[in-house]
Amino acid sequence: MESVLQYLIVSVALFAIGVYGLIAKRNALRLLFSIEIIANSAILNLVVFSRYLAVASVTGRVFAIFSIALLAAEAAVGLSLILTAYRIRKDIDVLEMREMRG
Amino acid sequence: MVELTFIVLSVMAVSAAILALEAKEIVYGAISLMIMLMAMAGFFILLDAPFVAMFQIIVYVGAVAVLILFTVMLVRRDKWLKPPVRGLTGVGIITGLILALAFGLLLVNSNLGSVMVSSESVSFMQIGVELISEYWVALEVLALLLAASLIGALTLAKIDEGDK
Repeated sequence: MESVLQYLIVSVALFAIGVYGLIAKRNALRLLFSIEIIANSAILNLVVFSRYLAVASVTGRVFAIFSIALLAAEAAVGLSLILTAYRIRKDIDVLEMREMRG
Repeated sequence: MVELTFIVLSVMAVSAAILALEAKEIVYGAISLMIMLMAMAGFFILLDAPFVAMFQIIVYVGAVAVLILFTVMLVRRDKWLKPPVRGLTGVGIITGLILALAFGLLLVNSNLGSVMVSSESVSFMQIGVELISEYWVALEVLALLLAASLIGALTLAKIDEGDK
């Protein structure tokens, strides 16, 4: 038996792990990992609902492909931001990046 | 068979996700993030979306993960092994658990458990046709966005001669 629910529960678990990482971690790279995990749980949702709810529709899959490409762009820019921050500060601890605090 | 594959994949995905955040050495974290992304590709194959699975493997495991690995190696430091902030860890765990419980209860109490697999499967051709007919504007904008992000990343990561 295969139901929507089991996939959605995996997706919720991944989402919760990602949110935990976003809150608790102080290394900028780990924050990027958390964002990737959260985004992947969202993509899993898109594919699951495309498979189960729509009648022979590919919309969910097309959206999933678009989101994967978007995430690739996001990762490239995010990683180069981290590289720049490292070059300027020699550290990527987000708790110590407070120059822009008012 | 499908059940067993699903269980293996979900254990792999969740434990690799936890390991990606908790591994002491961040290189191992990056590698376990790769494993998690592969497990997601496995889910996509189980869900009868092999095109998305291939896209995931090519773009994520092939490109993004390698990019992450190289960045990790470039910015690696010993002093990264700082202790986590205790209060933040507690807040993070509690928030994650609350979110998981809330969404889990919502899902279990909905009638999604009775929704079963739809029999017809979608061909590759349909996805391609849809991409260039219905969503061609989005496709073009996506191409522009990829080019723009490439240029942006290059500009950000470039070392200026005047800096040194």
